[in-house]
Amino acid sequence: MSSGERTKIVITGMSGRLGRVVARRLHRDERHALIGLDRRPFPGRPKDIEHHQVDLRSKKARDVFRAGDVRALVHMGLMHDPRASTAELYSWNVSGTAHLLEYCQQYGVKKVVVLSSADVYGPRPDNPQFLTEEAPLLAAQRFPQMRDLVEIDHLVSTFFWKAREIETVILRPVHILGSVHNAPSNYLRLDPTPVLLGFDPMVQVIHQRDVAEAIARALAPGARGIYNIVGPGEVPLSVILSELGRRTLPIPHPIARPMWSLAFRLGLSSYPVAELDFIRYVCMVDGSRAERELGFRAKHTLRETIRAVDDRAEW
Amino acid sequence: MADPPRDDIGARTRALAVRRNEYGYDPFGLNPDHLRTAVRLARWLYRSYFRAEARGVENIPVSGRVMFVSNHSGQLPFDGLVIGAATFLEPSQPRLVRSMVEHFVPTVPFASYLFARWGQITGTPENCRRLLERDEAILVFPEGARGISKPFSKRYQLAPFGLGFMRLALETRTPIVPVAVIGAEEQAPALNLKPLARLFGTPSFPIVPYPPFVPIVPLPVKYRLYFGEALQPAGDPDDDDEVLEAQVRAVKHRIQSMIHMGLRERKHVFW
Repeated sequence: MSSGERTKIVITGMSGRLGRVVARRLHRDERHALIGLDRRPFPGRPKDIEHHQVDLRSKKARDVFRAGDVRALVHMGLMHDPRASTAELYSWNVSGTAHLLEYCQQYGVKKVVVLSSADVYGPRPDNPQFLTEEAPLLAAQRFPQMRDLVEIDHLVSTFFWKAREIETVILRPVHILGSVHNAPSNYLRLDPTPVLLGFDPMVQVIHQRDVAEAIARALAPGARGIYNIVGPGEVPLSVILSELGRRTLPIPHPIARPMWSLAFRLGLSSYPVAELDFIRYVCMVDGSRAERELGFRAKHTLRETIRAVDDRAEW
Repeated sequence: MADPPRDDIGARTRALAVRRNEYGYDPFGLNPDHLRTAVRLARWLYRSYFRAEARGVENIPVSGRVMFVSNHSGQLPFDGLVIGAATFLEPSQPRLVRSMVEHFVPTVPFASYLFARWGQITGTPENCRRLLERDEAILVFPEGARGISKPFSKRYQLAPFGLGFMRLALETRTPIVPVAVIGAEEQAPALNLKPLARLFGTPSFPIVPYPPFVPIVPLPVKYRLYFGEALQPAGDPDDDDEVLEAQVRAVKHRIQSMIHMGLRERKHVFW
């Protein structure tokens, strides 16, 4: 197949750790021509990957779509920096997403895949053990920091109904582990790892390469809808920490909150205090729809997935 | 598999049909090592403290989904523990009963995960449905908090039943095994101090007429359990409440008549 017939896929956030894993997976398929959109540079990328170091909200981002023939958008370029101002985060994440969706509709993109997160349901004491895609997105009730993510998820769901000619897929993966720099992986790399005394919730994890695989499947023609993406199974948090050989630092939860918020303000911790609920209550999802409709099943075992947080970066 | 001996907890735990992952946990957080410890305590309470007797053990299905529906009493849910011990220790093949824990339990340190390790689950309809679809056994107290906190004067009078369990049974085509528990209603002869309950915002505020005045330690009453023949409710789960109420009444009558039988049979509360 000549390069002229390759289908163009725009990937936002491609320079990030997870972005590179996804790019690498999609690059394997020679029918794909990848175009990165990211504020950050992408050093060492293969020559046939196009990269635009631009702001998602800028005219240059629109130009990438205007050039034509973009078949699909993979949107994973959300900013999570807990120290950025909420206005800046909102503008980048929510307005940025709204702009991208507008370009897709305007320039005839056929497929939109948005990487949301199972965190949008929110960890709660009265959660059922496994939440389905129909469960309400309650994370923002207790987590102001999650509001953007919930709002984006809603924005894309609305787009799913509004732009019926576009195949829209929302993926809500569980905690992604690997060389990625996301909150769960960073947390598991702490040693000793702070935990809440007397709490040991069941958690779900997924290997970063399995997430890339789920995205690849979501790009297949015909796939559309909202999917929880789960890994190989469920384990207590304590089992993950002992598998990684971490020492734990149990803190009684009434003093954990003030300690944590002090540490955050002093710059010793990068976890907003509300995220403590993720190591206190369950927030697990049912991934059977993705298995049924996308044929997705995580390939990495639990042990491989857990150990992946100590892996070195890919590419 | 050969039947495990009656009180061999190790062999009985191994004989349970539990799906476990590579670390030994089931999706609901059950772990057999933790379970064994809990069952040891439950066995002591069942055999020595409450000297429980179970009738109709042959009505406990060897396999397949089942919903045990029982009267509820005693201020603290020892009745659930005793029913769980009975289904684990008495039949030729042990059954693990999943009961529903209150929504505040996951907020309490240690209880939050220990109940899960012992196979108990947060009480939501979704969780029940999922377990029944996996052909597991669940325990339902349709009287709920109204039952467990009933004062001594209301003993052996069933409080109104909720309808949720019937909808669930119809939806998942689950047989219902009615259970009557005799004894629990006298384990904590309590008065309910309503003003204090309002003050503390709890569903009830029970006190007992002996130290420590709050019902933490149950009296060593004798427990008698009656497992009735399984009922297979039939109908549409989306029927109106009135239609379901008739089915619920049938289950309630079954339990009430087993309670009457049990009360007639027993000679004394403590032996």
